[in-house]
Amino acid sequence: MNFWQSFLEALESLTANKMRSGLTILGIVIGVGAVIAMLAIGTGAENTITGSIQGIGTNLLFVFRGGSDDVRNPKPLTLADASAIADPFLAPSVSGVAPLLQGSGEITYASESMTTSLVGATPEYASVRNYDVTEGEFIMEEHMLGRASVALLGPEVARELFGRTEAVVGESIRIEGQPFRVIGILEAKGGGGFGPSEDENVIVPLTTAQARLIRRSGRDRVDMIMVQAITADAIPQASEEVAQILRTRHRTAIGADDFTIFTQQEFLDTFQTITSVLTIFLGGIAGISLLVGGIGIMNIMLVSVTERTREIGLRKAVGARKRDIMIQFLTESSTLSLIGGLIGIGLGWAISAIVGQIATANDADINPVIGLDAVLLATIFSTAVGLFFGIYPANRAANLEPVEALRYE
Amino acid sequence: MNDNKWVIETHHLSKIYQMGDVEVHALRDVSLNIAPGEIVAIMGPSGSGKSTLMNLIGALDRPTSGEYFLEGERVSDLSDDQLAEVRNRKIGFVFQTFNLLPRATAQANVELPMRYAGVSRGRRKQARAALESVGLGDRILHRPSELSGGQQQRVAIARALVNDPAIILADEPTGNLDTKSGDEIMDLLLELNADRGTTIVVVTHDPEVGERTQRIVKLRDGLVVEGDK
Repeated sequence: MNFWQSFLEALESLTANKMRSGLTILGIVIGVGAVIAMLAIGTGAENTITGSIQGIGTNLLFVFRGGSDDVRNPKPLTLADASAIADPFLAPSVSGVAPLLQGSGEITYASESMTTSLVGATPEYASVRNYDVTEGEFIMEEHMLGRASVALLGPEVARELFGRTEAVVGESIRIEGQPFRVIGILEAKGGGGFGPSEDENVIVPLTTAQARLIRRSGRDRVDMIMVQAITADAIPQASEEVAQILRTRHRTAIGADDFTIFTQQEFLDTFQTITSVLTIFLGGIAGISLLVGGIGIMNIMLVSVTERTREIGLRKAVGARKRDIMIQFLTESSTLSLIGGLIGIGLGWAISAIVGQIATANDADINPVIGLDAVLLATIFSTAVGLFFGIYPANRAANLEPVEALRYE
Repeated sequence: MNDNKWVIETHHLSKIYQMGDVEVHALRDVSLNIAPGEIVAIMGPSGSGKSTLMNLIGALDRPTSGEYFLEGERVSDLSDDQLAEVRNRKIGFVFQTFNLLPRATAQANVELPMRYAGVSRGRRKQARAALESVGLGDRILHRPSELSGGQQQRVAIARALVNDPAIILADEPTGNLDTKSGDEIMDLLLELNADRGTTIVVVTHDPEVGERTQRIVKLRDGLVVEGDK
């Protein structure tokens, strides 16, 4: 008996019991749909996070204060540290340095007001972060020197306060009650898959922030220094140079740093680990429903074998070998699960599209991705489930004694 | 000894079933020979062992002891799959309850043994020819539910014929039919026997059916009491 014929015959006997076959298939549809959707959403989330980390800039190192617990009198990071790192003789692998202060504050314009993140930054921030303005200009050296009351608004902030993102330059706003002049609108970066979007940031000159907005104990202090390496290959070298400079300046003992350097890659790796664990976890839960679907197949196949005992007896009487009966029932069970798998791929696609829409509506930019690998995996896996859970019933059918099967009422 | 003088040759066949602690001797020491082209009735009251004998002759079951040769081939100790092959090639079954696949057409039902024989070419043609030879040339694509009992039994006979078997084994072929259809089925079997020389073994308890055969083998309590050669 050729394969195509067994397949047609299986379809025929499955359509004889449409309701029952439909419900059995539904179990697989839900299982495969859930697996596909979870994998797609997981991949989408991972892409979003990867994208937003890469969107920060290229070849970046992030230097934070604090490190080993063994350090006595740990020193904070300062502007002077940042200028030392920017010295091309001390750190030849470094191409840009941007010290930052981060805080939050209330921004008001006319009767509109909002609380959002404040960033104190230097002119270098634009090149290190790869930031552009859609109108106006970025912070200049003279703004730094004069502690100027100027601010750049993220597009979301402009939209919130002014209801527009154009022709905002020159307007006066208040930050924490102090008057500031808008000198530029930042380009939209999107993202915000995790944490608030950077499009809601307000950037002011670092010196202005130090003096008036984000007060820290100790003048000169900064929260973070972003360092850009000259090339991707130079990142480890740059990291070492930065560490050497800070150790010298902070006079810490060897092996006990009072700062921590993260590379962009480390961030990426960390988040990718988190998202892939999450994806595996969700996929595993979805896999359980596929397992339940498989048990449904086994159950219905057992019923079918019992119902068709006489048919099996007849087939054996006219010459069916064990193998023939086995193949017949295995074809039926794997046809059930294959059909379920195909519909399930459609369902998974629909679920992930809906989740994508909901996420977009809620400003979390997740684009679920259904890869060819996921589709293949689901098809093969669901057919395998059908085969696996079909083996026991098929074997039972194949081993029926013809005499007893024919006599069965 | 296998000079094919006999199409069916059994030596001291016996079959013992274990029912709990009790051994039931369904068949005791049955030696029975049937020549090619014979039409034989196996008769006996219920419990006489005729069904057991039919199962053994039909290669559906193996004897507890004794030997069985079908066309000179020793069948009594073959494996399950070998028995399936023997049934497929050498035996055509006709059952009391017809045992047709309910969702398949007459033609597909008749094709079934050829499928298990691995015949792939000309199956349809052969099935149609078999159906025509039992007088159902105009019912080829009907399903069993669309056929009368007599017609269903004809489909079953066509199915039994299609692999050109050594014997046709009919188990109460008229048992579920009215007198007229039953007579017609017996006419058909006799006709096949006369025209094709097919050996036919009919298991029945109906004396009228028995009378129409050439020889009656009577069983009682698992023993052949009359008609062996």
